[in-house]
Amino acid sequence: MKFDRATRRRWKSHLMAFLCLGCVAIALYPLASILYTSVVRGAQAINADFFTQNLPPPCNPSVESCVTGGIWPALQGSLIMLGIAAAFAIPVGMMAGVFLSQYGHLKTVQSMRFFVDVMTGIPSIVVGIFVYALFLDLAQAGVFNTSWVLSALAGSTALAIVMLPIVARTTDESLRLVPPTLAEAGLALGIRRWRVTLSVVLSTGRTAVITGALLATARALGETAPILLTTHFTTFPAQNLNGPIASLPVLIFQFGTGGFPNQVSLAWGATLLIVGIMLLISIVARVAAGVVGSRAGLGGGG
Amino acid sequence: MTEGNSLESSGTGKLVTQDLSAYYGAKRAIESVNISFPDKSVTAIIGPSGCGKSTLIRCLNRIHETTPKTRVEGHVLLDGQDIYEQDAVSVRRRVGMVFQKPNPFPTMSIYDNVAAGLRLNGLRDRKEIDRRIIQSLKGAALWDEVKEILDQPGIRLSGGQQQRLCIARALAVEPEVILMDEPASALDPIATAKIEDLVFDLKKQYAVIIVTHNMQQAARVADQTAFMYLGKLIEFNDTKEIFERPREKLTESYITGRFG
Repeated sequence: MKFDRATRRRWKSHLMAFLCLGCVAIALYPLASILYTSVVRGAQAINADFFTQNLPPPCNPSVESCVTGGIWPALQGSLIMLGIAAAFAIPVGMMAGVFLSQYGHLKTVQSMRFFVDVMTGIPSIVVGIFVYALFLDLAQAGVFNTSWVLSALAGSTALAIVMLPIVARTTDESLRLVPPTLAEAGLALGIRRWRVTLSVVLSTGRTAVITGALLATARALGETAPILLTTHFTTFPAQNLNGPIASLPVLIFQFGTGGFPNQVSLAWGATLLIVGIMLLISIVARVAAGVVGSRAGLGGGG
Repeated sequence: MTEGNSLESSGTGKLVTQDLSAYYGAKRAIESVNISFPDKSVTAIIGPSGCGKSTLIRCLNRIHETTPKTRVEGHVLLDGQDIYEQDAVSVRRRVGMVFQKPNPFPTMSIYDNVAAGLRLNGLRDRKEIDRRIIQSLKGAALWDEVKEILDQPGIRLSGGQQQRLCIARALAVEPEVILMDEPASALDPIATAKIEDLVFDLKKQYAVIIVTHNMQQAARVADQTAFMYLGKLIEFNDTKEIFERPREKLTESYITGRFG
């Protein structure tokens, strides 16, 4: 075989491609491992009791007989806090995103967008300590009872703050992809600007906007730091918004590191549940985004 | 503005501009244009790319000002009343527009596209909406092709059909003037011919103003033709005159293909 320059270059190219493939493998390995481990360790914890029973007390199986228990209070707590956070953050974030996208040409709005960008990158523990301090101050000022300081509402507030900038930015990004000629067509029909924005611009970008809201919810589902600092963990289902509340991430934190087999097993079950839900949301979001991309043909037909 | 304009702004047209100038930022796109568009006839605006012909018609329904950092000076009279002293939204209901690229609303069916201007303006009466949709689709010569598929997405239609859908959408709000910004430039010759036939029909009812870079098109459809160059109206006259006996040297050079 002739080892000329062309051959050498071809081999170099193959080698680089192979090296890149190797790097992809290194990057994917932890993810694959996480999925594998959560399935293997989590699957055995999941049964009907897992979803319905209260959290079990710590228990040493070598000296006593243990209750397996379930994660119901944590699941309920996560759903409540996510529900409240989403009910606030999604509409407010969307409207903020609509504003950013429609008035993005103004200098002040551009600095607002930058600020929202910074907000999306803020470590969630910062949000946690901020909300904790806020609720503590409010309680000390006598606005409400101290029972609100570590409460479901405080946790929901922290999650909402994490979600808000994500929803706002994804809405902004999706709406800026809607061709301005569509809004122009609406305006040319003598439709008021706000009506055009809602019925034409938001409607055209709606799938991408919903995708963004879903991804923000998935992100909040796994957020631990904000609720760790703002809620009081409990083994029973939450009764009200100013009381203690459990959640999936805090359950994993509490049970996963305690060393009691019954609790560790539930922590892995909860891990699998979170990973599963996030995966599901991502797939739904991806499929929805694909649908809008091909169907609406955002570039417009011609 | 020059002796070449035998149809110069007389104040008797359906739509009349007086010293109309338009800016993008500091750049002046059109300069002191005086032109009078007669009712129930087709006026073509021709000129090389960037001469301001699109900007001119975008000032006639006040859509120019919806682009950031733009500005308009001068007057545009619709039936003698300055549209710049009226509510822009009501002006746009009286002066409809069809754009260069067909732009039906992608999330809406054929029916909803035509109904959009009516519904979003608050019309609720279903019978009246139905009536106007049929009338508009017939007016845009699209009815026979879509009457069975009104609930299908508008963007599934061919390019030419989409453009006629956009014309129907504009007709539905019952405007008095129709502006067309190179409506056939994205279409094939057969679809173009259909649009041109349609323009010919539309002038029975409306004042039609059509921007085109295609001189043959202007010659085919327009009663009057205006030639613009570098933001100025160079010559405005009956189409036949413009093409057979242009009075300005620039017009002659352009229509004989020496530049543009």
